[in-house]
Amino acid sequence: MPLIVEALVSLLLVTGGVFVFIGSLGMAHLRDFYMRLHGPTKASTLGIGCMLVASMGYFWGVEGHIDIQELLITLFLFITAPVSAHLLAKTGLHLRLKHVQKTQGQPVELRDEEVGQKPVAHPDKGHG
Amino acid sequence: MIAPRSWLPTPVLSLLLLAVWLLMSRSYAPGQFLLGGVLAIAIPLLTYRFWDTRLRIKKPLVLLRFILRVLKDIFVANFEVAYLVINPWRKMSPHFIEYPLMLEERFTITLLASTISLTPGTVSANLRLDGKTLLIHALDVDDEQALIEQIRERYERPIKEIYEC
Repeated sequence: MPLIVEALVSLLLVTGGVFVFIGSLGMAHLRDFYMRLHGPTKASTLGIGCMLVASMGYFWGVEGHIDIQELLITLFLFITAPVSAHLLAKTGLHLRLKHVQKTQGQPVELRDEEVGQKPVAHPDKGHG
Repeated sequence: MIAPRSWLPTPVLSLLLLAVWLLMSRSYAPGQFLLGGVLAIAIPLLTYRFWDTRLRIKKPLVLLRFILRVLKDIFVANFEVAYLVINPWRKMSPHFIEYPLMLEERFTITLLASTISLTPGTVSANLRLDGKTLLIHALDVDDEQALIEQIRERYERPIKEIYEC
């Protein structure tokens, strides 16, 4: 494998690792649930993208032909990440998880007078 | 819902499935073509009930430009969010923003919501039942109105141009 390819692959791997790490860090230490959602949806997409490009580059250097399977993985990731983030946010709103005081804007979903004090009880657990 | 027109309700989807199958199996042997072909016909037949009205891509060039723009924005978004996360002195001002939707089709709204989730500092949090308002959580915004304008011009108009009229 030529040196330049090797250097590029290493660079991409390290960059990818850094971004994934920062994404996880954001998930661990941001203040509230809604802010923590931002880490994994974004910082990790580029991180994983970098790693997959590195993988393509590596196999191009070693085997001499390019596989585009990695692009498919990226594509699936781009399709699924926003959907799961949306579902998590929706669930958070439904359970009315707390957000930090300084958050601006009062969505209907979180107003007491609109949805009542408690979330609706799970049917299996009854309404008592 | 797409009408069960024939044995091939969504030709483009079938072609796409076959292509993905061949790429995944990494071989172009006749057997793989046969297997992929059978799947490409069977899967749309089993799932067409879940699909919305068929939307036509009216302007492929705008779509291409839109994809490139979103990729660029994802790239920038990563740096911005990463910077926000690792800078302990940066005071963030998170917002819940109600975004009035201009799009009407469910598919295009999904596309817009996904785009918003992938781009700078915003996650789409809830689509109201009437399908007219999208609740967005933004990580760090100074001007709410400017963000709404930005989403409107950068993403929503191109999507509307591509799929609706």
